[in-house]
Amino acid sequence: MPSVVDYSKGLKNVVHAEASLFACSTDTAKEISNTIRKKGLNRVVVAACTPRTHEPLFRDTLREGGINQYFYDMANIREHCSWVHSKEKDSATLKAKDLVRMSVARSSQLEPLKEFDLPVDKRAVVVGGGLAGMTSALGLARQGFEVSLLEKKPELGGMARRVRRTLEGMDIQAHLDEMIQKIYHHPLIHVFHDTTITEVSGYVGNFVTRLMSEGRHFELHHGAVILATGADEYKPTEYLYGRDERVVTQLELEDFLDKEDKRVMDSQSLVMIQCVGSRQEGRNYCSRVCCGQAVKNALRLKELKPEMEIYILYRDMRTYGFREDFYREAASKDVKFIRWEPEHGPQVESVEEDGRGLLRIRVPDQVLGKELEIDADTLVLSAAVVPSASSKEMAKLFKVSLNPDGFLQEAHVKLRPVDFSAEGVFLCGINHYPKHVTETISQALGAAGRAASLLSHDTITASGSVCEVDEDECISCGACISACTYGAIEFYDTAKGKKAKVNPVLCKGDGLCNAKCPTSAISLKHYTDDEVFYQIDSALEASMDEPALGEVNR
Amino acid sequence: MASGHDFDPKILGFLCNWCCYAGADLAGVSRYQYAPNIRIIRLMCSGRVDPAFVIRAFFNGHDGVFIGGCWLGECHYVTEGNYDAMSMMHLTKKLLKYIGVNPNRLRLEWVSASEGIRFAEVMNSFTDELKSMGHIGESEGQDQHMLKIKLEAAGKMIPYLKLVEREKLRVRFKTEEEYDEYFNSEDVNHVFHELIADKLVMSEILLLMARGALSNGEISEALALSPSDVSKHMGNCLSEGLVRYDPAKKNYVLA
Ligand SMILES: Cc1cc2nc3c(=O)[nH]c(=O)nc-3n(C[C@H](O)[C@H](O)[C@H](O)COP(=O)(O)OP(=O)(O)OC[C@H]3O[C@@H](n4cnc5c(N)ncnc54)[C@H](O)[C@@H]3O)c2cc1C
Ligand code: SF4
Ligand code: SF4
Repeated sequence: MPSVVDYSKGLKNVVHAEASLFACSTDTAKEISNTIRKKGLNRVVVAACTPRTHEPLFRDTLREGGINQYFYDMANIREHCSWVHSKEKDSATLKAKDLVRMSVARSSQLEPLKEFDLPVDKRAVVVGGGLAGMTSALGLARQGFEVSLLEKKPELGGMARRVRRTLEGMDIQAHLDEMIQKIYHHPLIHVFHDTTITEVSGYVGNFVTRLMSEGRHFELHHGAVILATGADEYKPTEYLYGRDERVVTQLELEDFLDKEDKRVMDSQSLVMIQCVGSRQEGRNYCSRVCCGQAVKNALRLKELKPEMEIYILYRDMRTYGFREDFYREAASKDVKFIRWEPEHGPQVESVEEDGRGLLRIRVPDQVLGKELEIDADTLVLSAAVVPSASSKEMAKLFKVSLNPDGFLQEAHVKLRPVDFSAEGVFLCGINHYPKHVTETISQALGAAGRAASLLSHDTITASGSVCEVDEDECISCGACISACTYGAIEFYDTAKGKKAKVNPVLCKGDGLCNAKCPTSAISLKHYTDDEVFYQIDSALEASMDEPALGEVNR
Repeated sequence: MASGHDFDPKILGFLCNWCCYAGADLAGVSRYQYAPNIRIIRLMCSGRVDPAFVIRAFFNGHDGVFIGGCWLGECHYVTEGNYDAMSMMHLTKKLLKYIGVNPNRLRLEWVSASEGIRFAEVMNSFTDELKSMGHIGESEGQDQHMLKIKLEAAGKMIPYLKLVEREKLRVRFKTEEEYDEYFNSEDVNHVFHELIADKLVMSEILLLMARGALSNGEISEALALSPSDVSKHMGNCLSEGLVRYDPAKKNYVLA
């Protein structure tokens, strides 16, 4: 370490270098800001750990020292050097010197940048009037925010209208009715039915959404948006579904059960097949709700008609969480669970026996090691939860991403689970991933919380590291515009013809446009060509004294 | 120039902040040891890597350039710059091939934030590969002076490369294989050749001349071109007003 400090002292532009054992401690931070003032420093390099965790901290130190926080750079000599070359002390020391030299060279080019404040419109839009959308709309309204709730259909409720109760016994319909009442009576919630969103523009804090509702046009201004557009039930093509009316889905069964419809209640034997359309080629995920739903409906059937024979043909019973208890309860009530493998799935045919029409289901039993033949009056398919067409539409309108299965993709599974990477846009419910009613409700409250924390600010601060166009250099080729899918760059007319212009609020600072521009007219601040060139040129000690590649693309 | 065991290749790395840089951090936290040859420059997205960065690094004498991004579909940004990084990598490799630099000196890999071990492995394997190639120009049999001229000429091609990328080669496939196939297809090779080949040679000639007026014979020797090719290019340079004939020297000189 002393040799690196000594070396640093000798570098061009360096007027002060010192070693510190705990650079990020409050005391040292204070010392650094004092040194900045005392020596009139205008650039600071800390050679320590990774900027990914510590840059924000040291930027504050610069601010306290009275200089622009972007005059800061970090040489990562711990994660990228001492810790990974611990057996090669000499090489590691050389590398540390190189990294410091590169940082110092880069720093000499850094420019002061301004972060700017944007006002936040304190209203919110929630798209989708299902359980998720309604829960989050109420959550926001309760905290005093005005909410517009946009529903595609003529009424609120969504999928939950078809799920009668939860496995634990919660009466979903009563919950929904109460909730809908509250929504219509809440002075801060405006409900739009029959809605189609036609256009979305703007950015975090300042969105403008245009829509058609019941034949009329509206324009909403809002600071945040929650997407709760739900998902669909898969329409099976397998096991005679759609060709034989004795074959139904779990949701259809719930409806029959609710009405105690005799088409189901007259059955002596009922078979359920799990994972229909899930966990297979092209749809590799588990639909999560169906195992619980099957157990729930089986228990209800046993309650209504204990003598009914019930078989559940499953691949793995995935009764998530404490729902496992109900699985055991069902088994104790003589619901028979039979496991099948995808290579030897159940076969279904319609047969006549003794004048009685039956569905014959054949499935190899793993335990007995032979094929079972079950005759049933009703066959219930646990159909997959599939993304709705709206997910794609939302992805386009709000510039958010879809995961490979077609569900909406959050910014980060653990760190930002209800945010999108597009700021000011949040998600909840089953447009994100299949989940139970209770999980949907928690997530919806979470999304409302995240949106509220944004809306509670009067302003938000935008990063200074965004792009800017030098109009004199711009040749109007449009290479940057087509690369920027954030829509941050547009042409506008100038006396010298049309030129690209960046909306700094939309720019996310990845710098793709910069790499596409043939004339370097567009440039990403804090990672400009020059800043990087200085790093490149200082990476080899020897090449520093030689003439640089002056002409390359400048 | 040293090679074999005692040759220590110099590698410059451009890592995206969200995946590969974080993967390198994790390698550190987990104390995975790897060859100490790389010097890392942190960018926000692998799509920010400009071909000019790569050419400049080689010009300065780096033996290898590494670009590390997020796995396809995992870019932090809606722009999905890692796909563009792949296009850019292919085009830059083509350019390197044209000037006789082994394109494998440029390597692009995806490393996620959780793949510390993979980062270490990639570093070791790239370092080993470069060790076997020797110092830049060495295994290519290139003279260092000419190599610099060629790299400088290649640098001058970048604006054209970007324009043609925008107009003709802006593609978006799903898989790496599709990119490989496309950028190695006849069509793309043709577009590339039409665009670059002549301009590159002209640029090399001008750079040579800038280092002192040369006869056609000297130029044809330096660039390993046939005399008729040299006169063709010289004709082009003349008609574009880039060179003129100096009767006193009985030779072409820069205009
Ligand atoms: C087949 C199936 C079975 C299930 N079984 C159970 C179960 O047994 N137990 C359990 O706990 N949970 C079950 N669930 C899960 C439960 O239904 C959900 O957790 C919950 O209802 C999801 O609510 P949501 O608001 O996210 O979605 P939804 O209820 O689907 O609501 C989405 C709403 O958004 C509207 N919308 C869609 N697109 C647009 C648009 N472009 N503009 C405006 N509005 C739009 C829709 O019309 C709908 O009203 C099941 C789900 C499915 C699909
Ligand atoms: S840096 Fe990215 S977001 Fe900003 S203008 Fe360029 S491409 Fe668009
Ligand atoms: S890529 Fe560069 S030159 Fe082309 S329009 Fe954008 S800023 Fe102008």
